[in-house]
Amino acid sequence: MTTEYETHDHDVLIIGAGGAGLRAALGALAQGARVGVVCKSLLGKAHTVMAEGGIAAAMANVDSADDWRTHFRDTMRGGKLLNNWRMAQIHAQEAPERVRELEQWGALFDRTQDGQILQRAFGGHTFRRLCHVGDRTGLEMIRTLQDRGVQLGIDVYMECTISRLLKDGDRIAGAFGYWREQGRFVVFRAKSIVMATGGIGKAWKITSNSWEYTGDGMALAYDAGAELMDMEFVQFHPTGMVWPPGVQGILVTEAVRGEGGILRNKLGERFMEKYDPKRMELSTRDVVARSIYTEVREGRGTEHGGAYLDISQKPADYVKKKLPSMYHQFKELADVDITKGPMEVGPTCHYMMGGIRVDAETAKSSVPGLFAAGEAAAGLHGANRLGGNSLSDLLVFGRRAGLAAADHSKIAQTTSIDSTQIEEAAREMLAPFERKAGESPYAIHSDLQETMQNLVGIFRNKEDLLRALEELEKLKHRVDHVNVEGSRLFNPGWHLAQDLKAMLTVSEAVTRSALAREESRGAHSRIDHSGLDPTWGTKNNVIVREGSTMTLRQSPVPEIPGELKQLVAEEK
Amino acid sequence: MAEAIFEVFRGDREGGQPATYRVPIAPGMVVLDALHHIQAHQAPDLAVRWNCKAGKCGSCSAEVNGRPRLTCKTRMDALPLDKPITVQPMKSFPVIKDLVTDVSWNYRVNKKIPPFDPRPGTDWKMYQEDIDRVQEFRKCIECFLCQNVCHVLREHDEMEEFGGPRFFVRVAGLEMHPLDSKSRTRLLKDELGIGLCNITKCCTEVCPEEIHITDNAIIPLKERVVDEFYDPVLMLVRKIRGAKQD
Repeated sequence: MTTEYETHDHDVLIIGAGGAGLRAALGALAQGARVGVVCKSLLGKAHTVMAEGGIAAAMANVDSADDWRTHFRDTMRGGKLLNNWRMAQIHAQEAPERVRELEQWGALFDRTQDGQILQRAFGGHTFRRLCHVGDRTGLEMIRTLQDRGVQLGIDVYMECTISRLLKDGDRIAGAFGYWREQGRFVVFRAKSIVMATGGIGKAWKITSNSWEYTGDGMALAYDAGAELMDMEFVQFHPTGMVWPPGVQGILVTEAVRGEGGILRNKLGERFMEKYDPKRMELSTRDVVARSIYTEVREGRGTEHGGAYLDISQKPADYVKKKLPSMYHQFKELADVDITKGPMEVGPTCHYMMGGIRVDAETAKSSVPGLFAAGEAAAGLHGANRLGGNSLSDLLVFGRRAGLAAADHSKIAQTTSIDSTQIEEAAREMLAPFERKAGESPYAIHSDLQETMQNLVGIFRNKEDLLRALEELEKLKHRVDHVNVEGSRLFNPGWHLAQDLKAMLTVSEAVTRSALAREESRGAHSRIDHSGLDPTWGTKNNVIVREGSTMTLRQSPVPEIPGELKQLVAEEK
Repeated sequence: MAEAIFEVFRGDREGGQPATYRVPIAPGMVVLDALHHIQAHQAPDLAVRWNCKAGKCGSCSAEVNGRPRLTCKTRMDALPLDKPITVQPMKSFPVIKDLVTDVSWNYRVNKKIPPFDPRPGTDWKMYQEDIDRVQEFRKCIECFLCQNVCHVLREHDEMEEFGGPRFFVRVAGLEMHPLDSKSRTRLLKDELGIGLCNITKCCTEVCPEEIHITDNAIIPLKERVVDEFYDPVLMLVRKIRGAKQD
């Protein structure tokens, strides 16, 4: 078989066009690189568009006492000190400049009385820190970045999916993929690739994530030999919609609590008083999610198995102004007027703290030429991410990844791609069409979601995790026999058959890491090992491929230097 | 369990026809849920665009019972179930497959618009009352439903001469940005053909973000074009003093 494909050449290829990918593209462009951006959806539809609450940056516009040190401390404490301290420091120091830059490119944030960027309170942040636009901050960010990128001349390959990274020896040489529209193959040649592919939420049944969030960037990097880190830390956002069934999991922004929303159980009790009396509703997400889950499990949940979240004590006009999309979302999808009564909310799989292990300064992975930023990368958030730290992460490390990827492409040796890699990638893509009988990818996906939801959820134990590994093994065999109907033309079933492989890889990595970590820390809660174990506080779980076997080892958490250590330790 | 009958367009650039599917109804179900159900159980290759399923990304536009809608926000209990629910792709754009259309023209129009160009030496102070109207325009989620219903595009196919409501909204967001220094009125007149719009407000009616496209974006921009190019007094002034650069 000789595969037909088109070829494109770039210095830097960026996979993913959310905030991290677009900011990386701008960073690489600034270094004079020829930049290509590949994205699975249309430009401007990536998950960043759904980010609601804001961008965390210690600009001190509202609370003048704020500074990068406090932001650093909040981030480290929120992450239960498992974070890479240097990433947390860079992030806190550079976020304000990245926000100002957005404004200079045309973004319009909500304003303070004296005409500065307004900042709101959020869980785990000591000060009012989130720069925002009502509850549609992500939309503002992605439009600003996309318009700038298009004006400056990035090439965007929309509705194009990468199925394999191509290498020359141990170095990155390019990527193989297909156009969704016609199903034709495409090869990108590039010495640097930035993974900005986001998270993995679609492996769970109840999730705030879109169809794109299948962990493909992490799986591609893993297949190419990169290390994955902190994979046990999956964030369940405390507040997703729970009713009606079709909207289950859709995000209810933390900004509702930031603006004063109160959580109650069916008895009318403000239950956060029990779990975190100091921070109440603005505790960290791991704590609030577990609290709601516990209330429901112990029989104090709402009619549809959630908690009440109430913002109706605020003036209706204020709610509509500050939370317009929440107002419409509940009115149109759930027949609830949030200015008059409470919402019903419950935990939803939302964010992946773990991902591709990268260098703090340059975002480079252990594979030469491969970089990662945003949710696809690990390190900044440790065991739990604070709300608002994701959008700032995308900007800070997206930029750094783009700069470093461009630099790498200038000094790296020329690479070549042998045709056998391409033939193999093509064969793998077409295999589901060859089989005459086999299972539907939708059925396998649904079973995977049940498995992860029931066995690798908010609370975990050894027994469940071992069972999950068995189930995942069975699912892998089923995926080997998946069958696809129809043609290569815009075929979502075919696409899902590819995505399943990535979802299974990351699901296994999550489960193995969760099984190994015999303690409860941040978003990882073991019923059979409750509480922090100090020996685990110095270790990150690292996953790497050896042949076809997934192996796990522990790597020491980089030690925080003296001055910063004091900052994290001292009480306020 | 109650069922709904769907007639969903199946086809590609060469043509096609509606196919019939029966879907069980769940409380609060939206049309996109039904399309997903059809994919999972009856037609795995049914082509549908979607992302957030929460009305924030603008991917799942289609025509439900002939009305342009986001399918993720179209509740089944708001539709009559005694007859089949029809779902068709947006009419103004070429079909790729099933409900997926080729919207690349929109991205080409967008490229024509000069970006935000801040006034030199600004201190970046802006007040909420000065940006409220621009923030309205920036709510746009690019679902392209306004483009789909605009008769200049839908009936007359004037894609070459006309930018469409989406891009008038975008230009309005730039022109009314308190710190922008550029003029885009010549672009509006010559390349985006704003004169072709005869303010029937079809775009405003379908906007899921409830942007007052006609009143707040198009009409003020039309006024700017008239002021700049057709005001007899200003024309005289310009003749004497020379035109503003754009």
